[in-house]
Amino acid sequence: MLTSGTILLAGSLLSPNPGLIFWTAVTFVIVLLILKKIAWGPIISALDEREKGIQSSIDRAHQAKDEAEAILKKNRETLARADAEADRIIREGKEYADRLRADISEKAQAEAKKMISSAKDEIEQEKRRALDVLRNEVADLAVKGAEKIIKTTLDADLQKKIVDSMIQDISTKRN
Amino acid sequence: MKRVKATKANAIIKVLAIIVPLLLNINGLALATTQEAPAVSPVAAAAIEPHAAAEAPEEAHEAAAGGEEKAGDVIMHHILDNNVLAFEPFGEIELPKIVIGGFDISITKHVVMLWTVSAIVIGLFALAGGTFKNMTSRQAPKGLANALEALVQFIRDDVAKANIGKGYEKYLDFLLTAFFFILVCNLLGLVPYGSTATGNINVTLTLATFTFFITQAAALKAHGIKGYLAHLTGGTHPALWIIMIPIEFIGLFTKPVALTIRLFANMTAGHIVILSLIFISFILKSYIVAVVMSVPFSIFIYLLELFVAFLQAFIFTMLSALFIGLASAHEGHDEHEAGAAHH
Repeated sequence: MLTSGTILLAGSLLSPNPGLIFWTAVTFVIVLLILKKIAWGPIISALDEREKGIQSSIDRAHQAKDEAEAILKKNRETLARADAEADRIIREGKEYADRLRADISEKAQAEAKKMISSAKDEIEQEKRRALDVLRNEVADLAVKGAEKIIKTTLDADLQKKIVDSMIQDISTKRN
Repeated sequence: MKRVKATKANAIIKVLAIIVPLLLNINGLALATTQEAPAVSPVAAAAIEPHAAAEAPEEAHEAAAGGEEKAGDVIMHHILDNNVLAFEPFGEIELPKIVIGGFDISITKHVVMLWTVSAIVIGLFALAGGTFKNMTSRQAPKGLANALEALVQFIRDDVAKANIGKGYEKYLDFLLTAFFFILVCNLLGLVPYGSTATGNINVTLTLATFTFFITQAAALKAHGIKGYLAHLTGGTHPALWIIMIPIEFIGLFTKPVALTIRLFANMTAGHIVILSLIFISFILKSYIVAVVMSVPFSIFIYLLELFVAFLQAFIFTMLSALFIGLASAHEGHDEHEAGAAHH
């Protein structure tokens, strides 16, 4: 303990040593120069280069993102437009179909009415013709009957019988 | 259950592994310290050669005392510089003494450590530097290059760029070298047979002197000679110059001195604490103290030292950058004072 104290007081711990100072300076300067050559230059330039590389990558990524967003926006717009277009087309189609249907049904109704009326007319004509034919027939028959009556002369019973039988005839013929 | 038993057995084996060598060695080490006495004294004599004559009776006292008194000597022997590289059980290497023009520039233990540090740092960066040279910006770094790059980037961005600002690139070489040099110096003191060169005030003084010169050069460059001299007056009234100029002049030197002492004291203190904790058990001659106190506490301090090694390397670099930044800054004088008072 005593000796260590003496050494401390004698200043061994703090004593200057020119040799060591000299060697430290020389060593440090040489190390500095060597490291500058072999290490700091390449490492710092590599770091700078990488920093630049990373920065440019980030810039490029941002640019790509912006582009992608622009494209997405455009796509959305296109899609919205296409949707609207489709809606419009569907609406128009519906309207057209409605109109068409209305038209067709109208036409069909008109046609049907026309047909019905023409059928009615025809029926009327046929009826009239039938009536004409009937009228002629009846007149002929009446004339023939009258002829027969007149021929068989004035026997009332006979006449009556003849007329009856004639009527019978007509009714059976008609049926 | 089996697992628990196994872990228990493991724990017991671990404890035995710690205790048994201690029990076996306790006598041997005690012997070693007493035997070291004659070995130490010639070294001590060599270290304090100029005072050899005055120290002679002291030495005799030392040799006679033996035992407990040796603890302090051994600690100081570990911390101080000397001309012997000791590889304890295998022997030691005497280092050459070189004297040129009256200056003693002998290769001492710390010089060897400095060279070892240089070799390690240069080796590491030679390995990593090759990777960087062949690397394109598209490749991610890995392995050693990545580890070193993280530190380099930290010094560049958080130390140099943050404190110096514009034009930090010029000082980056110095700051990076100082950081790695000091870091490896600090760490080398924590490995067996190593010693902390940064625990020697001459080394830290030299490193701080580099910072001093670079700081002054930066100040001169930024303000010109006129601005530099005006800075020394502190921007006060000429009547106060007689007080201000000496204060500012001293202020120039306090910063590097603070750097010197901070690094030196931090590195020395940790080692003294570890060694003292270990020597407590030798002084008390008790292995219980060794197991309960010396070993756990010195492991704790060792881990703390590991942290301090990084911290002090960082602080030295950080403050160097700060001083350079303050010297080259164009702001008023108040900033300067604040920066100096900051640490």
